[in-house]
Amino acid sequence: MENLNLFIRSIFVDNMIFAYFLGMCSFLAVSKNVKTAFGLGVAVSFVLIIALPVTWCINEYILVPGALSWLGEEYADTDLSFLGLIMFISVIAALVQILEMAIEKYSPALYSSLGIFLPLIAVNCAILGAVLFMQQREFTNAWTATVYGAGSGIGWLLAITCLAAIRERLAYSQIPAPLRGIGITFIITGLMGIAFMSFLGIKL
Amino acid sequence: MNVNKSLLPLVNPLSKDNPVIVQVLGICSALAVTAKLEPALVMTISVTAVLALANVIISLLRNTIPTSIRIIVQLVVVAALVVIVDQVLKAWNYEVSKALSVFIGLIITNCIIMGRLEAFAMTNRPWASFLDGIGNGLGYGIILVIIAFFRELLGSGTLFGCQVIPQWLYDHGYQNNGMMILPPMALITAACIIWVHRARNKDLQE
Repeated sequence: MENLNLFIRSIFVDNMIFAYFLGMCSFLAVSKNVKTAFGLGVAVSFVLIIALPVTWCINEYILVPGALSWLGEEYADTDLSFLGLIMFISVIAALVQILEMAIEKYSPALYSSLGIFLPLIAVNCAILGAVLFMQQREFTNAWTATVYGAGSGIGWLLAITCLAAIRERLAYSQIPAPLRGIGITFIITGLMGIAFMSFLGIKL
Repeated sequence: MNVNKSLLPLVNPLSKDNPVIVQVLGICSALAVTAKLEPALVMTISVTAVLALANVIISLLRNTIPTSIRIIVQLVVVAALVVIVDQVLKAWNYEVSKALSVFIGLIITNCIIMGRLEAFAMTNRPWASFLDGIGNGLGYGIILVIIAFFRELLGSGTLFGCQVIPQWLYDHGYQNNGMMILPPMALITAACIIWVHRARNKDLQE
């Protein structure tokens, strides 16, 4: 039940885009048509679902103060938490690289439709952001972390697909010249964010 | 504007090649830390420092990095610098470091940094890269400070935590606009800045 609550909350209430603005760069750059936006959303969710449990284990068994006690008594009070950022970003970069190779091997169709966006996921703030939030919230087990990853990923997917759908329609509207392109996209994202705030307080 | 040509990398990003509102990079942090002026300023300083140093380091290494692994090399350099900034900030101003929470860590994936490393530092000399780093950091900072100024002024009636909206206004029924504190308003404020900026620079309009 708690996990279901976390899942729903991370999709709607703590939405990566609308509540924290994470992954904005690719969100704005890739939301010009629904199909690519959806593809990128799926890829991001996928990376999140894999990255969160992996980094959770790293955090729990290597980084937090005293985590190395499984190595022996003398390591019981080592604190490696300052290495967190470097560890996480390398793990994410490596994961994305492995994922890229796996997708290329087993599903060439998906690989070609994602194209350049796949390697760029490594530097998508939504991934590192979710990992850092995971560390901050101190989840008790890897399963909760996975649920959180899945929720954040699907929330991101939902947001980018909606925005892409709206932007496709915008081509036919009269927008003041200085606002065309990026300006109006900002305003729409803001309005969508306000709409998403109506989910605040949802509890299952 | 007549400026010395060697200073162009420093001056250009301030307005007509601004990283946030023209190149549309580094939006994530630009919007998330701007509810108050103080975190916005700290964020600006951190990003400028990381950007300038990373630019110099990558520029020095640019001829020795194999292109196939350059992203990883860049990430490692940036991550190391961010760890330093993070530790310094924790020691020097723990309150602000708490307020910025994950966003200091997210400097690593800030698109401005990767973007400038790719687009500028990989092909230019260290001094020019340094200027480019400072320029882009400040260009990012200007936007952050403008957004934070309006959000803090209208949202909580304060600047840097000091009350600036006089009490008698409140007595006459003035209310802080609580909406400005909420994240979506950062986007709309940024859109207004883009609007004004593009209305003045017609060549940027789409």
